[in-house]
Amino acid sequence: MNKSKHSGDSRYKVAKKEAVIGIGLAVFNFLWWFGFAYGLGSKPVKEYTYILGLPSWFFYSCVVGFLVVVMLVIILVKMVFKEVPFDENEGGDSL
Amino acid sequence: MNWGVLIPFIALLVIIFIVGIYAAGRLKESTGFLQDYFLGSRELGGFVLAMTMVATYGSASSFIGGPGAAYTMGLGWVLLAMIQVVTGYFVLAVLGKKFAIVARKIHAVTLIDFLKERYKSKWVVLLSAGSIIIFLFASMSAQWVGGGRLIESLTGLSYTSSLFIFALSILIYVTIGGFRAVALTETIQGIIMFIGTLIILIGTIIAGGGVPAIMKELVSENPSLVSPFGHDGSLTPLYLSSFWILVGIGVVGLPQIAVRAMSYRHSKAMHQAMIIGTIVVGFIMLGMHLSGVFARAIIPGVDVPDTVMPLLAMEVLPAWLAGVVLSAPMAAIMSTVNSLLLIVGSSIVKDIYLNYIKPDASDITVKRLSMSVTGLIGILVFLLAINPPDLLIWLNLFAFGGLEAAFIWPVVLGLYWRKGNKYGAISSILVGVGSYILIHTISPEPFGMHSVVLPVLFSLISYIGVSLLVKEKDLEHLRNMDAKFY
Repeated sequence: MNKSKHSGDSRYKVAKKEAVIGIGLAVFNFLWWFGFAYGLGSKPVKEYTYILGLPSWFFYSCVVGFLVVVMLVIILVKMVFKEVPFDENEGGDSL
Repeated sequence: MNWGVLIPFIALLVIIFIVGIYAAGRLKESTGFLQDYFLGSRELGGFVLAMTMVATYGSASSFIGGPGAAYTMGLGWVLLAMIQVVTGYFVLAVLGKKFAIVARKIHAVTLIDFLKERYKSKWVVLLSAGSIIIFLFASMSAQWVGGGRLIESLTGLSYTSSLFIFALSILIYVTIGGFRAVALTETIQGIIMFIGTLIILIGTIIAGGGVPAIMKELVSENPSLVSPFGHDGSLTPLYLSSFWILVGIGVVGLPQIAVRAMSYRHSKAMHQAMIIGTIVVGFIMLGMHLSGVFARAIIPGVDVPDTVMPLLAMEVLPAWLAGVVLSAPMAAIMSTVNSLLLIVGSSIVKDIYLNYIKPDASDITVKRLSMSVTGLIGILVFLLAINPPDLLIWLNLFAFGGLEAAFIWPVVLGLYWRKGNKYGAISSILVGVGSYILIHTISPEPFGMHSVVLPVLFSLISYIGVSLLVKEKDLEHLRNMDAKFY
């Protein structure tokens, strides 16, 4: 699109980039969730291995997957996401 | 009646009531009544924002229906529930700062305010308000039924009196306190949901003799319980994956969630909320559903899935702790209902009355009207819930899917795609809702996917297709929109 013609609010560029990152993270989250669940869980139950008592497909897909996503959110928010002002008079939280 | 269980439960209701009333006393006139009543003057900090989103999203089905299904289906259902981790960060990241900034520029208080400025179309507004009122009304009734049933099962009171207690404990503070009261009480409710999950998970693991012992028990009963495919093999990968639309990314389109993405104070609050929200929602979903599966090894042979959680809590915990745990679903239900109440109220007062019936209403009128409409809706839902339809989860999911199909594209593409216009939005809402209802009734789960998947796809196609085919002719609106949105 004609970005050069219309520069607009520079904060929107930050926002758009972060939205794309959010979508990327969700895609990663899905692949991890799906990959471990069906990669390890599709074999017969007799052949399952267990970690901390849980079947390994579940452990990696749901427990480790959850922790990995939390770590990624923390890293992205701290390192990549930018703080932009919303309006002129910013104070502390009142709620 | 078991007083050990009841005392923490009653304490919850009392605390929430007091906090709600306290917050109501802080309604500020400075920023304007509407903005404060329906949006808390956009002052939410990170922790409150995270909790209010999680609590609004987490409902009866996270604590009662979901774990009950996990009890029946096994670990496959926990796999499904864990999709919801994505809601913790996705809504805030995608709507994100843009939504918050635009909302400030156009002084939007409701999701529909946003749509109205973006598309400048009476039909977009009326269709959206209509969908919100109908679908959220349905979903609210289901939650009320859940709330009433829960009190009924704990106290032994009749269903109607239980419902009455439930209605009374919510209606008063929501009606007089608005969004601020809702956000503050939801923070407490969110904390209770978190603690309740922790307690029941630990209690269940201990009672079952550790996770390995529980798993062994499950495998010996039916090996499929520990597979991702469900106890009868009915959970196909495609079916489960299709829930990524319904309870994952589609949540962006839910008005009660989206409106929270314009309620925070600064970008730091949004950043914190993404982290806290992801942790809390993931932990609650994992803990509650896993407890539901584990329950099978401890209390086998429960026939009514909805009773699994209450029975489990009473079985594995001392009475007072069971009371704390059973306050969690109560908190979840209350926190969902109070948000829905407010959203439906704002649609009627702000989106319909002030837009089309009486735009020049005085502040006092608006204030009285907001409070009385919110109260009246509550009473109406109460009356409907007395003789309830028996399909709690079904109704709930129906409303979810319908709203997602209606709003996801007009909101998300309206935010980021300049060429999207009112024709695209109107057709997207009509096609989305229409095809969802059609598919849901005529041929549910087409191709083995959840009914919501195709309607979301259809509404995307119509939004883009129609926006490209039919151009917006109002040049002044285009200029205005460009200045504020891009």
